[in-house]
Amino acid sequence: MANLKEVKQRITSVSSTQQITKAMKMVAAAKLRKAQDKILKMRPYSQKLTTILDDVVSSMGGDLDIVYGEQRPVENVLIVAMTSDKGLCGAFNANVIKASSYIIENTYKDVNVTVMPLGKKALDFYGKKGFKIIADFSDVFFDVNYDNVRAISEYAMEAFVSKRFDKVVLVYNHFKNVATQEITVEQFLPMGGDLLAEKEDKKESDYILEPSKEYVIEELVPKALKTQFYKAVLESNASEHGARMTSMDKATENANDLLKELKLQYNRTRQAAITNEILEIVAGANALGGA
Amino acid sequence: MQLTIITPDQKVFEGEVEEATFPGANGSFQVLKNHAALVSALTKGAVSYTTKEGKKIHTIDGGVVEVNDNKIVLLAEKVIG
Repeated sequence: MANLKEVKQRITSVSSTQQITKAMKMVAAAKLRKAQDKILKMRPYSQKLTTILDDVVSSMGGDLDIVYGEQRPVENVLIVAMTSDKGLCGAFNANVIKASSYIIENTYKDVNVTVMPLGKKALDFYGKKGFKIIADFSDVFFDVNYDNVRAISEYAMEAFVSKRFDKVVLVYNHFKNVATQEITVEQFLPMGGDLLAEKEDKKESDYILEPSKEYVIEELVPKALKTQFYKAVLESNASEHGARMTSMDKATENANDLLKELKLQYNRTRQAAITNEILEIVAGANALGGA
Repeated sequence: MQLTIITPDQKVFEGEVEEATFPGANGSFQVLKNHAALVSALTKGAVSYTTKEGKKIHTIDGGVVEVNDNKIVLLAEKVIG
């Protein structure tokens, strides 16, 4: 039979843990709202940019030569792994690390791989494993805004154009909804065809393009790429808070179950102790009476 | 004319304007009512526009502007002040 005091101590410790997980859940919910807000605010920009780009591309008539689309034999790959700075968010970080390690060991096992970890968890993991890493941007999730993220995508784009990398791949959690994150492996560079694909039903628009078609395209394409990168970072950020919220909610629930069990055990132990005492008194009285 | 200035982080301005001036790649230009449809790349510089309340100026770090049917949309990567 467990000691009364021990059970009491466990109850106290479990309920204080529960308070922490509850608070963390609340904080994650607030941060999630902020992160979702950022995604919504970015949407008008990216939508308009896509429409303008589509318009301009369709007026070019498929005559495009973009440095960011150049397909080269792959020798050097940059993998951008987006995790979080903090733990306690379920399988969020483990999934990213698992997916990036998988493509490193399988898809890119014969080429030079460099990892760019975003978020402290990926930095810790790949730093210890002895991979070639670019750690300059790992603290981006401390303050997510376009300016910070732009520096990263510009770095990656410059490295691609100067042929230091032939391929840039993003690994991140896609924000499906609050409770579901989908691990996504996305090719960032060379840029996919669909961004520049001509839409079939597009009417020929008669925009004046200043200063020239080529110039406008050259300006628009990097912007579209940077927006794509920013979107991935925002998605990962929102996913992190969503994952933390659900896992903390689960933890709070589990603590509740545990508390219920412990309280039952506590009461049983207490009852047993009382019964024992009465038995002893009665037995003692009987013994005296019999004498 | 309707002018909208957006960055990836926020909507900087949305409203009715009488004229707007942009820092085009080949020099600054002004857009007045019933301007022809236009897409122009912009460089770093000052964007100014006149509303009923008066003239306002923002500095942008490059961007793209689209003018179509008296609607102007300015996509700027960064607006400084």
